[in-house]
Amino acid sequence: MYAALWRALPGPAAVKALILLALFAAALWVCVEWVFPWLANYMPFNDSTVHG
Amino acid sequence: MSENDTAGTREPAGTAVRAKKHISRKPITVARVISDVLLTGAVFIALFLVWQLWWTDVVAWQHQAAIMEDLGWPTVSEEIATPETGDPPVLPEFPEGEVWGTFHVPRWGADNATPLAAGVDRVRILDALGVGHYPGTAMPGEVGNFSVAAHRTTFGRPFHFIHELEVGDPVIVRTEEYWYVYRVTHWEIVYPWQVEVVSPIPGYAPGEDMPEPTERLGSMTSCHPMYSARQRWITFLEFDYWARAADGIPREMAEGQGATP
Repeated sequence: MYAALWRALPGPAAVKALILLALFAAALWVCVEWVFPWLANYMPFNDSTVHG
Repeated sequence: MSENDTAGTREPAGTAVRAKKHISRKPITVARVISDVLLTGAVFIALFLVWQLWWTDVVAWQHQAAIMEDLGWPTVSEEIATPETGDPPVLPEFPEGEVWGTFHVPRWGADNATPLAAGVDRVRILDALGVGHYPGTAMPGEVGNFSVAAHRTTFGRPFHFIHELEVGDPVIVRTEEYWYVYRVTHWEIVYPWQVEVVSPIPGYAPGEDMPEPTERLGSMTSCHPMYSARQRWITFLEFDYWARAADGIPREMAEGQGATP
Protein backbone atom coordinates (compact mmCIF):
# COMPACT_ATOMS: atom_id res chain seq x y z
CA MET A 1 0.00 0.00 0.00
CA TYR A 2 2.52 2.59 1.15
CA ALA A 3 5.20 1.09 -1.05
CA ALA A 4 2.89 1.50 -4.03
CA LEU A 5 2.13 5.06 -2.97
CA TRP A 6 5.83 5.84 -2.70
CA ARG A 7 6.41 4.51 -6.21
CA ALA A 8 3.45 6.42 -7.60
CA LEU A 9 4.68 9.77 -6.32
CA PRO A 10 6.75 11.83 -8.76
CA GLY A 11 10.19 13.31 -8.24
CA PRO A 12 13.23 12.45 -6.17
CA ALA A 13 13.02 11.02 -2.66
CA ALA A 14 13.06 14.45 -0.99
CA VAL A 15 10.08 15.63 -3.05
CA LYS A 16 8.23 12.41 -2.34
CA ALA A 17 8.87 12.84 1.38
CA LEU A 18 7.57 16.41 1.24
CA ILE A 19 4.41 15.34 -0.58
CA LEU A 20 3.87 12.56 1.96
CA LEU A 21 4.33 15.04 4.80
CA ALA A 22 1.70 17.30 3.26
CA LEU A 23 -0.66 14.36 2.80
CA PHE A 24 -0.13 13.34 6.42
CA ALA A 25 -0.78 16.89 7.63
CA ALA A 26 -4.01 17.02 5.62
CA ALA A 27 -5.14 13.67 7.03
CA LEU A 28 -4.30 14.83 10.56
CA TRP A 29 -6.27 18.05 10.05
CA VAL A 30 -9.34 16.10 8.89
CA CYS A 31 -9.00 13.87 11.97
CA VAL A 32 -8.67 16.71 14.48
CA GLU A 33 -11.42 18.74 12.86
CA TRP A 34 -14.05 16.05 12.33
CA VAL A 35 -13.07 12.45 13.04
CA PHE A 36 -11.71 12.80 16.60
CA PRO A 37 -14.56 14.98 17.94
CA TRP A 38 -17.04 12.47 16.53
CA LEU A 39 -15.13 9.57 18.05
CA ALA A 40 -14.99 11.38 21.41
CA ASN A 41 -18.76 10.89 21.69
CA TYR A 42 -18.13 7.19 22.15
CA MET A 43 -15.30 7.47 24.66
CA PRO A 44 -16.24 6.24 28.11
CA PHE A 45 -14.66 9.05 30.13
CA ASN A 46 -16.32 12.10 28.61
CA ASP A 47 -19.66 11.92 30.37
CA SER A 48 -19.83 13.74 33.69
CA THR A 49 -23.53 14.46 34.20
CA VAL A 50 -26.30 12.48 35.83
CA HIS A 51 -29.33 11.93 33.65
CA GLY A 52 -32.41 9.73 33.52
CA MET B 1 15.57 5.05 -1.24
CA SER B 2 16.57 4.98 -4.91
CA GLU B 3 14.13 2.28 -5.96
CA ASN B 4 11.69 4.83 -7.25
CA ASP B 5 11.43 4.93 -11.00
CA THR B 6 10.06 2.22 -13.20
CA ALA B 7 12.60 -0.10 -14.72
CA GLY B 8 14.24 1.21 -17.86
CA THR B 9 13.57 4.90 -17.41
CA ARG B 10 16.95 5.34 -15.83
CA GLU B 11 20.39 3.96 -16.58
CA PRO B 12 20.88 0.93 -14.32
CA ALA B 13 23.70 1.79 -11.97
CA GLY B 14 24.77 -1.80 -11.43
CA THR B 15 23.64 -5.26 -10.66
CA ALA B 16 23.37 -4.61 -6.92
CA VAL B 17 20.92 -1.81 -7.47
CA ARG B 18 19.05 -3.84 -10.02
CA ALA B 19 18.73 -6.69 -7.54
CA LYS B 20 17.41 -4.33 -4.90
CA LYS B 21 14.91 -2.95 -7.37
CA HIS B 22 13.80 -6.42 -8.18
CA ILE B 23 13.08 -7.16 -4.51
CA SER B 24 11.08 -3.99 -3.92
CA ARG B 25 9.08 -4.62 -7.06
CA LYS B 26 7.47 -7.70 -5.55
CA PRO B 27 3.71 -7.66 -6.16
CA ILE B 28 1.55 -6.23 -3.39
CA THR B 29 0.75 -9.20 -1.22
CA VAL B 30 -2.20 -9.60 1.09
CA ALA B 31 0.12 -9.71 4.10
CA ARG B 32 1.67 -6.41 3.06
CA VAL B 33 -1.69 -4.69 2.75
CA ILE B 34 -2.79 -6.07 6.12
CA SER B 35 0.40 -4.86 7.79
CA ASP B 36 -0.04 -1.40 6.27
CA VAL B 37 -3.65 -1.24 7.44
CA LEU B 38 -2.70 -2.33 10.97
CA LEU B 39 0.12 0.19 11.13
CA THR B 40 -2.22 2.93 9.97
CA GLY B 41 -4.71 1.92 12.65
CA ALA B 42 -2.03 2.00 15.33
CA VAL B 43 -0.90 5.47 14.30
CA PHE B 44 -4.53 6.63 14.15
CA ILE B 45 -5.28 5.36 17.67
CA ALA B 46 -2.08 6.87 19.07
CA LEU B 47 -2.91 10.25 17.51
CA PHE B 48 -6.47 10.07 18.83
CA LEU B 49 -5.22 9.43 22.36
CA VAL B 50 -2.80 12.34 22.17
CA TRP B 51 -5.65 14.54 20.92
CA GLN B 52 -8.16 13.34 23.50
CA LEU B 53 -5.96 13.19 26.60
CA TRP B 54 -3.78 16.22 25.95
CA TRP B 55 -4.77 18.44 23.07
CA THR B 56 -8.41 18.88 24.20
CA ASP B 57 -7.04 20.19 27.51
CA VAL B 58 -4.72 22.66 25.78
CA VAL B 59 -7.52 23.96 23.57
CA ALA B 60 -10.04 24.13 26.42
CA TRP B 61 -7.66 25.98 28.77
CA GLN B 62 -6.87 28.56 26.09
CA HIS B 63 -10.54 28.94 25.27
CA GLN B 64 -11.57 29.23 28.93
CA ALA B 65 -8.90 31.84 29.60
CA ALA B 66 -10.21 33.84 26.64
CA ILE B 67 -13.78 33.54 27.95
CA MET B 68 -12.68 34.82 31.37
CA GLU B 69 -11.05 37.84 29.74
CA ASP B 70 -14.06 38.52 27.53
CA LEU B 71 -16.39 38.67 30.53
CA GLY B 72 -15.31 42.27 30.96
CA TRP B 73 -16.36 42.30 34.61
CA PRO B 74 -14.94 45.01 36.84
CA THR B 75 -11.77 43.83 38.52
CA VAL B 76 -12.17 43.30 42.24
CA SER B 77 -9.81 44.70 44.81
CA GLU B 78 -7.65 42.53 47.02
CA GLU B 79 -9.65 43.65 50.07
CA ILE B 80 -11.51 40.97 51.99
CA ALA B 81 -15.20 41.36 51.21
CA THR B 82 -17.55 41.59 54.19
CA PRO B 83 -19.66 38.44 54.49
CA GLU B 84 -23.33 39.33 54.13
CA THR B 85 -25.82 37.58 56.38
CA GLY B 86 -29.14 38.59 54.83
CA ASP B 87 -30.96 36.56 52.20
CA PRO B 88 -28.63 36.18 49.21
CA PRO B 89 -29.59 37.88 45.94
CA VAL B 90 -30.84 35.19 43.55
CA LEU B 91 -30.34 35.75 39.83
CA PRO B 92 -32.85 34.40 37.31
CA GLU B 93 -31.70 31.45 35.20
CA PHE B 94 -29.79 32.31 32.05
CA PRO B 95 -30.37 30.98 28.51
CA GLU B 96 -28.42 27.83 27.67
CA GLY B 97 -24.83 28.45 26.62
CA GLU B 98 -24.49 31.82 28.32
CA VAL B 99 -21.47 32.19 30.60
CA TRP B 100 -22.98 33.91 33.60
CA GLY B 101 -20.52 33.14 36.37
CA THR B 102 -17.13 31.85 37.37
CA PHE B 103 -16.40 28.83 39.52
CA HIS B 104 -13.58 28.91 42.07
CA VAL B 105 -12.15 26.17 44.25
CA PRO B 106 -9.35 27.62 46.41
CA ARG B 107 -8.18 24.08 47.29
CA TRP B 108 -7.06 23.81 43.66
CA GLY B 109 -5.05 27.04 43.77
CA ALA B 110 -5.63 30.62 44.87
CA ASP B 111 -6.32 31.67 41.29
CA ASN B 112 -8.41 28.63 40.33
CA ALA B 113 -11.22 29.90 38.10
CA THR B 114 -13.41 28.28 35.43
CA PRO B 115 -16.23 29.79 33.39
CA LEU B 116 -19.69 28.76 34.59
CA ALA B 117 -22.35 28.45 31.91
CA ALA B 118 -26.03 27.58 31.71
CA GLY B 119 -26.69 23.98 30.62
CA VAL B 120 -24.88 20.67 30.82
CA ASP B 121 -24.81 19.61 27.15
CA ARG B 122 -21.51 17.81 26.69
CA VAL B 123 -20.37 19.22 23.36
CA ARG B 124 -21.82 22.73 23.62
CA ILE B 125 -21.18 23.45 27.31
CA LEU B 126 -18.85 21.04 29.09
CA ASP B 127 -16.37 20.53 26.21
CA ALA B 128 -16.40 24.12 25.11
CA LEU B 129 -17.03 26.38 28.08
CA GLY B 130 -16.12 24.76 31.42
CA VAL B 131 -18.51 24.16 34.32
CA GLY B 132 -22.19 23.68 33.43
CA HIS B 133 -25.23 24.48 35.57
CA TYR B 134 -28.05 21.92 35.43
CA PRO B 135 -31.09 23.75 34.01
CA GLY B 136 -33.97 23.92 36.45
CA THR B 137 -31.84 23.46 39.56
CA ALA B 138 -31.40 26.29 42.05
CA MET B 139 -29.29 29.31 41.19
CA PRO B 140 -26.44 30.22 43.60
CA GLY B 141 -27.78 31.24 46.99
CA GLU B 142 -31.27 29.99 46.18
CA VAL B 143 -33.14 27.52 48.40
CA GLY B 144 -32.80 24.12 46.75
CA ASN B 145 -29.83 22.45 45.09
CA PHE B 146 -27.45 24.50 42.95
CA SER B 147 -26.10 21.68 40.74
CA VAL B 148 -23.17 21.80 38.33
CA ALA B 149 -21.25 19.33 36.17
CA ALA B 150 -17.75 19.43 34.68
CA HIS B 151 -15.22 17.09 33.10
CA ARG B 152 -12.89 15.18 35.39
CA THR B 153 -10.61 14.19 32.50
CA THR B 154 -10.17 15.76 29.04
CA PHE B 155 -11.47 19.10 27.67
CA GLY B 156 -9.77 21.19 30.35
CA ARG B 157 -10.93 18.85 33.15
CA PRO B 158 -12.14 21.51 35.64
CA PHE B 159 -13.05 18.85 38.24
CA HIS B 160 -9.90 16.74 37.84
CA PHE B 161 -9.11 16.96 41.56
CA ILE B 162 -12.67 16.69 42.89
CA HIS B 163 -11.58 13.74 45.04
CA GLU B 164 -9.12 15.97 46.94
CA LEU B 165 -11.81 18.22 48.40
CA GLU B 166 -12.28 17.93 52.14
CA VAL B 167 -15.25 18.59 54.36
CA GLY B 168 -15.52 22.35 54.97
CA ASP B 169 -13.57 23.35 51.85
CA PRO B 170 -14.94 26.49 50.25
CA VAL B 171 -16.41 26.30 46.75
CA ILE B 172 -17.11 29.77 45.41
CA VAL B 173 -19.27 31.11 42.60
CA ARG B 174 -18.97 34.61 41.29
CA THR B 175 -21.48 36.46 39.20
CA GLU B 176 -20.80 39.94 37.91
CA GLU B 177 -21.84 41.52 41.21
CA TYR B 178 -21.83 38.83 43.87
CA TRP B 179 -19.82 36.10 45.50
CA TYR B 180 -21.55 32.95 46.78
CA VAL B 181 -19.49 30.84 49.14
CA TYR B 182 -20.45 27.19 49.61
CA ARG B 183 -18.75 24.56 51.74
CA VAL B 184 -18.23 20.87 51.11
CA THR B 185 -20.37 18.67 53.36
CA HIS B 186 -19.79 15.17 52.00
CA TRP B 187 -19.41 13.18 48.79
CA GLU B 188 -20.87 10.09 47.27
CA ILE B 189 -20.21 7.78 44.35
CA VAL B 190 -23.39 6.99 42.43
CA TYR B 191 -24.52 5.57 39.10
CA PRO B 192 -25.15 7.91 36.16
CA TRP B 193 -28.93 7.42 36.35
CA GLN B 194 -29.18 8.49 40.01
CA VAL B 195 -30.57 11.92 39.23
CA GLU B 196 -31.74 12.31 42.84
CA VAL B 197 -28.31 13.81 43.62
CA VAL B 198 -29.37 17.00 41.84
CA SER B 199 -32.90 17.15 43.22
CA PRO B 200 -33.80 20.16 45.44
CA ILE B 201 -33.34 17.90 48.46
CA PRO B 202 -30.69 15.38 47.41
CA GLY B 203 -31.97 11.83 47.75
CA TYR B 204 -35.51 12.39 46.51
CA ALA B 205 -36.04 10.92 43.05
CA PRO B 206 -38.15 12.88 40.53
CA GLY B 207 -41.84 12.30 41.25
CA GLU B 208 -41.18 11.12 44.76
CA ASP B 209 -43.13 12.83 47.56
CA MET B 210 -40.69 15.48 48.80
CA PRO B 211 -41.10 18.03 51.60
CA GLU B 212 -40.72 21.72 50.75
CA PRO B 213 -36.96 22.42 50.48
CA THR B 214 -35.65 24.85 53.10
CA GLU B 215 -31.89 24.61 52.73
CA ARG B 216 -29.51 26.24 50.27
CA LEU B 217 -27.47 23.28 48.98
CA GLY B 218 -25.22 22.45 46.06
CA SER B 219 -23.96 19.44 44.08
CA MET B 220 -20.91 19.04 41.88
CA THR B 221 -21.04 16.04 39.52
CA SER B 222 -18.18 14.55 37.54
CA CYS B 223 -17.25 11.17 36.13
CA HIS B 224 -15.84 8.36 38.20
CA PRO B 225 -13.59 6.44 38.13
CA MET B 226 -11.32 8.66 36.08
CA TYR B 227 -11.25 7.65 32.40
CA SER B 228 -14.53 5.82 32.84
CA ALA B 229 -18.21 6.72 32.74
CA ARG B 230 -19.33 3.83 34.89
CA GLN B 231 -20.18 6.00 37.89
CA ARG B 232 -20.37 9.62 38.99
CA TRP B 233 -18.51 11.40 41.75
CA ILE B 234 -20.85 13.77 43.58
CA THR B 235 -19.57 16.37 46.04
CA PHE B 236 -22.34 17.98 48.09
CA LEU B 237 -22.22 21.59 49.22
CA GLU B 238 -23.97 23.80 51.71
CA PHE B 239 -24.36 27.56 51.33
CA ASP B 240 -22.27 29.58 53.79
CA TYR B 241 -22.49 33.27 52.94
CA TRP B 242 -22.54 35.78 50.11
CA ALA B 243 -20.64 38.99 49.49
CA ARG B 244 -20.49 41.88 47.05
CA ALA B 245 -17.84 41.78 44.34
CA ALA B 246 -17.53 45.55 44.72
CA ASP B 247 -16.26 44.97 48.29
CA GLY B 248 -13.34 42.74 47.31
CA ILE B 249 -12.71 39.00 47.36
CA PRO B 250 -13.93 36.35 49.83
CA ARG B 251 -11.52 35.63 52.65
CA GLU B 252 -11.22 32.02 51.44
CA MET B 253 -9.73 33.13 48.13
CA ALA B 254 -7.18 35.34 49.78
CA GLU B 255 -6.04 32.48 51.95
CA GLY B 256 -6.05 30.32 48.87
CA GLN B 257 -6.48 27.12 50.82
CA GLY B 258 -8.82 24.66 52.35
CA ALA B 259 -11.13 24.52 55.25
CA THR B 260 -10.25 27.48 57.48
CA PRO B 261 -13.38 29.53 57.99
